[in-house]
Amino acid sequence: MNWRAIRAIVTKDWKVIRQSRSVILPMILLPVIILVLLPGGMGLLLSNLPSDNPDLTNMTSDMQMFFDNMPPSIAAVLDGLTTEAQKTAVLFLVYIFAPLYLILPIMVASVVAADSFVGEKERKTLEALIYTPTSDRELYVAKMLLPWILAVAVSVIGASLYAIVVNVSLWPMMERVFFPNMTWVLLALWVSPAAAGLGLGAIVLVSSRASTFMEAQQTAGLVVIPIVVLMISQMAGIVYFGVEMVLVLGLILWLIDAVILWYGARRFQRGELMARL
Amino acid sequence: MNGVIVTENLTRRFGETLAVDRLSLTVEAGEVFGFLGHNGAGKTTTVRLLNGVLLADGGAMQVLGRSPQADGPAVRARTGVLTETPSLEERLTARENLTVYANLYGIALSQIKKRVDTVLEMFDLAERADEKTGAYSKGMKQRLALARALLHQPELLFLDEPTAALDPVAARQVHEIITHLSRDEGRTVFLCTHNLNEAQRLCDRVAVMEHGRLLALGTPAELGQQLGGRARLEIEVAPGDTGQAADLLRSAGATEVRVEHDTLYAAGIHREAIPDLLAALVTAGIHIYRLTPVEPSLEDIYFAIHDRANGEVAS
Repeated sequence: MNWRAIRAIVTKDWKVIRQSRSVILPMILLPVIILVLLPGGMGLLLSNLPSDNPDLTNMTSDMQMFFDNMPPSIAAVLDGLTTEAQKTAVLFLVYIFAPLYLILPIMVASVVAADSFVGEKERKTLEALIYTPTSDRELYVAKMLLPWILAVAVSVIGASLYAIVVNVSLWPMMERVFFPNMTWVLLALWVSPAAAGLGLGAIVLVSSRASTFMEAQQTAGLVVIPIVVLMISQMAGIVYFGVEMVLVLGLILWLIDAVILWYGARRFQRGELMARL
Repeated sequence: MNGVIVTENLTRRFGETLAVDRLSLTVEAGEVFGFLGHNGAGKTTTVRLLNGVLLADGGAMQVLGRSPQADGPAVRARTGVLTETPSLEERLTARENLTVYANLYGIALSQIKKRVDTVLEMFDLAERADEKTGAYSKGMKQRLALARALLHQPELLFLDEPTAALDPVAARQVHEIITHLSRDEGRTVFLCTHNLNEAQRLCDRVAVMEHGRLLALGTPAELGQQLGGRARLEIEVAPGDTGQAADLLRSAGATEVRVEHDTLYAAGIHREAIPDLLAALVTAGIHIYRLTPVEPSLEDIYFAIHDRANGEVAS
């Protein structure tokens, strides 16, 4: 493997992507909305509501199924909290938001990969690259690395920001640093890199058919559907984002990644790419 | 197999379409080899096959002594390719574009800056080397793409329509560069073009392609001979002699005679018939001021080859 060539392609793609608004804007806006504005707003709202506010009871009463099937580990956490506002805050910001966080690595990886794989085809810059002495495998690895690294970096930085926002906005109510818990540490370090691989894999699968960056991104966007399903399932009391569940989810995603990326590597041949230019 | 490029019955299909049909040719070291044909003749597909970018469906080939199919990266390390579109990253500067490719072609790290500066100077781009290439004119982009193809000093250069969409001044610059590379540096140039004037000016030998098939191969003079050695003549005669001269030209076998002022333009006369024709004109008392045999241009040859091939297909 020629790592110097791989580094040259990754560096080039990074320089190009940095100047692309359609890539950079979602990379900044998505974490800001999901991991700063949304939890920050909710935290401030809960901190400023009287603890006996009837709206708090209404918020959680819609999730009766969640409470009915709750595993003992999560029940113990909630039981340890004294006020309804604290329970609501922990319920939403620690458990309900957990699957929402996974949208971030998927979207960042797919946006960057769409520009890297399909955008290059769209800009007609792929042909010169294909005539270089790099092997198909080196090209494939180079094209995969940048989206994955960026997605993981944004996810880890995003999780850190989320921890700060949650602790600061709920400080008046909790009066202690209560976040992150082990579930979120595993989400950030074990599941989000695998979720990034899923977004990447989706682009690899659609890249040969898509002719524009937007087309690739829209098709690959379907990958977030399972995440939405996970979110609804948790609210319905079918799955819970506890430690065991997150470990298993990560393992499943890594296995799916391995299959998709292995299949993508087999199909990634410069001859095929050329034939579609 | 000898020669920088050798192919034997090289074949490539796309579905039912034969893009390259049993192509056999040899390109020698140091020559400028013209690969002529209309759009869709199979020129670009052949370049892709010869660089190991596409796999062949049949036949054999060697480029610089290696098989592009089995050893693509090693072949591509020694070839440079100017693609039909410049294929530049327009968000990067010229220097950044070249530096990326210097790394991809494995130029020694200590040599990259020097080599990049050298090709920027060579192609008159040094002053604007740090501008983004999106702001470049078409001619500058083409020169930069050519600079990139030469960055690693390849032994064999593939140029795919190098002057397409260029203005005459930029096209002439590119022609001068190609001549310099071949004559002064001894590089082999495989020039794909449908610009016949360009091919006539630059190429030592040409191959004429149509629908993936090789129709003819040789120097322009050899191809002219293959067409039967017929010449075109320009004959300037005294005023009043043009009618009689035209009759004599027709009886000597001219297929087309045209008169403009005191000059006759005749086509289709065998070279061997010219001395007898001259004698007949003199004997007839025609005053001849000038008789010039005009060698067929590559354009004449090209269209004659195509007409002949299409005639064979039609019959």
